[in-house]
Amino acid sequence: MNLNVSLGEVELKNPVMPASGCFGFGKEFSPFYNLNELGAIAIKAATGKARYGNPTPRVAEASSGMLNAIGLQNPGVDGIIKDELPYLQNYDTPIIANVAGSTLEEYVQVTSKLTDEPAIKAIELNISCPNVKEGGVQFGTDPQLAYEVTKAVKSVSTKPVFVKLSPNVTDVVAIADAVYKAGADGLSMINTLTGMRIDLNKKKPIIANGTGGLSGPAIKPIAIKMIHEVRQQIDLPIIGMGGITSTEDILEFLLAGADAIAVGTANFKDPFICKRLIDELPETLRQYGFGSLQEVREQGCHNQSILL
Amino acid sequence: MKQEPLTVVRNQLIALDTYEMVLKGEEIPSLVQVGQFIHIEIGEGEEFMLRRPISIAEVNDEEKTMTIIYKVTGKGTHWLSQLEQEGQLNVLGPLGNGFNIEHHNHDHILIVGGGVGVPPLYHLAKKLSQHNHVTAVLGFQTKEAVFYETQFQQFANTKITTDDGSYGYKGQVTKVIEKLNQPFTTYYACGPSGMLKAVQNQMSHLNGYLSLEERMGCGIGACFACVCEHTNDKGYVKICQDGPVLKASEVIL
Repeated sequence: MNLNVSLGEVELKNPVMPASGCFGFGKEFSPFYNLNELGAIAIKAATGKARYGNPTPRVAEASSGMLNAIGLQNPGVDGIIKDELPYLQNYDTPIIANVAGSTLEEYVQVTSKLTDEPAIKAIELNISCPNVKEGGVQFGTDPQLAYEVTKAVKSVSTKPVFVKLSPNVTDVVAIADAVYKAGADGLSMINTLTGMRIDLNKKKPIIANGTGGLSGPAIKPIAIKMIHEVRQQIDLPIIGMGGITSTEDILEFLLAGADAIAVGTANFKDPFICKRLIDELPETLRQYGFGSLQEVREQGCHNQSILL
Repeated sequence: MKQEPLTVVRNQLIALDTYEMVLKGEEIPSLVQVGQFIHIEIGEGEEFMLRRPISIAEVNDEEKTMTIIYKVTGKGTHWLSQLEQEGQLNVLGPLGNGFNIEHHNHDHILIVGGGVGVPPLYHLAKKLSQHNHVTAVLGFQTKEAVFYETQFQQFANTKITTDDGSYGYKGQVTKVIEKLNQPFTTYYACGPSGMLKAVQNQMSHLNGYLSLEERMGCGIGACFACVCEHTNDKGYVKICQDGPVLKASEVIL
């Protein structure tokens, strides 16, 4: 079965990619399978300067999920271009560069450095990281700020810009609409939900940062609901993510209105998962009566019965 | 690094909340270098989304087995403790960089362990004792938590301390180390970060290596959950990938 997907002008050989932050810069997973198997790779967020991130512990398990507060640790955009992108040029898989920042100027600066790199096929604008003190999710929870940062980044980007939305909002459609009007080429949704766990012995939060972002199957129904909601209103390609661990999950996201999907937390449990899902997807589609991804889209987001 | 289903040969309580598990497999046990760890999938279905990183206490090449020792501290390790003989575990490993000990010959080596930091040091003591003089100082919370004393005694001059003085010396390992009058050339330590920091300070004059513990995500260097400050140019190391064993003088605890 042909699994090709177009996300606007970005062509993927299949709809499965690892999510940013859960796959390093690719090479960490290269011992497990050929990275050319992947539809795309969303690499770890880049900021203007190298960031150390938050104190440890940075992760804690939660039922069917995990909390993380890494704090956007990364070598900085120049370090990524110098030390990480050359390795990824060995592959023909499109690389999606996740861009983060504390200020609008930083988002613009990072994007302008990454946009002309040949390996980078799209920018993922991270306005939804809940784990940094400045910027980050502020841009993703206020429609006006979301509009401004998207517009500014679009003005310097030569590659399509996907805006990664936060679920930590009352009205996700309002944010999606704002970035659509600012010229976004697509949406990634959803980022993590803010959460906390407390250590009973120490009587304080397990994660040193206090709060962390909840990911994993625990948030899957929220992701599906938000994608479904946005799909009714906004005509942009959507990369869906939030707790995907199986091909049935992928089908659920596609029926909700996603065009492609990203796998995050599940990479930690099973480093082979993305390849396995790609291999198993055709069989699952057939099992549910679909002959192609196009058929899924037609019967999903355009189906009146699912529109409600 | 492999992912392999390992079979439980034995899983038994050996001290307070502390279990010894022997695992058998075709590939992973034979690949283990002393000081490396394995990353164990927990439970069935999707309830547990993080593996548990656990250090390796011993390897038996002929039997194709390895021994791990773990403490039950939550639901995940409780699930592990309930596994019976012939049960299967999905294991990723061996992971990380262990102890580099090939160069030691007729050296006086000090091993310092605390609690569940003790297991990887057993594998180390056994290997080192073939050509060196080994002294081990092992700290536990209380008498019921002490494990592997007689096993260590086969390979090292072994001193036990407990926090409450209910067994062996009373107090911290550093108090016992202070009294040792040996011409040590190198030390190796593994345990809680408070203990490691105290040992690192006390023995700054000596060549030493620390095996670090931290909550981990992927275990393969991708997620940046288990970093530690370091004197290198980047300012950090990833414990899972660059460690867990690191030069004591370069780690900022």
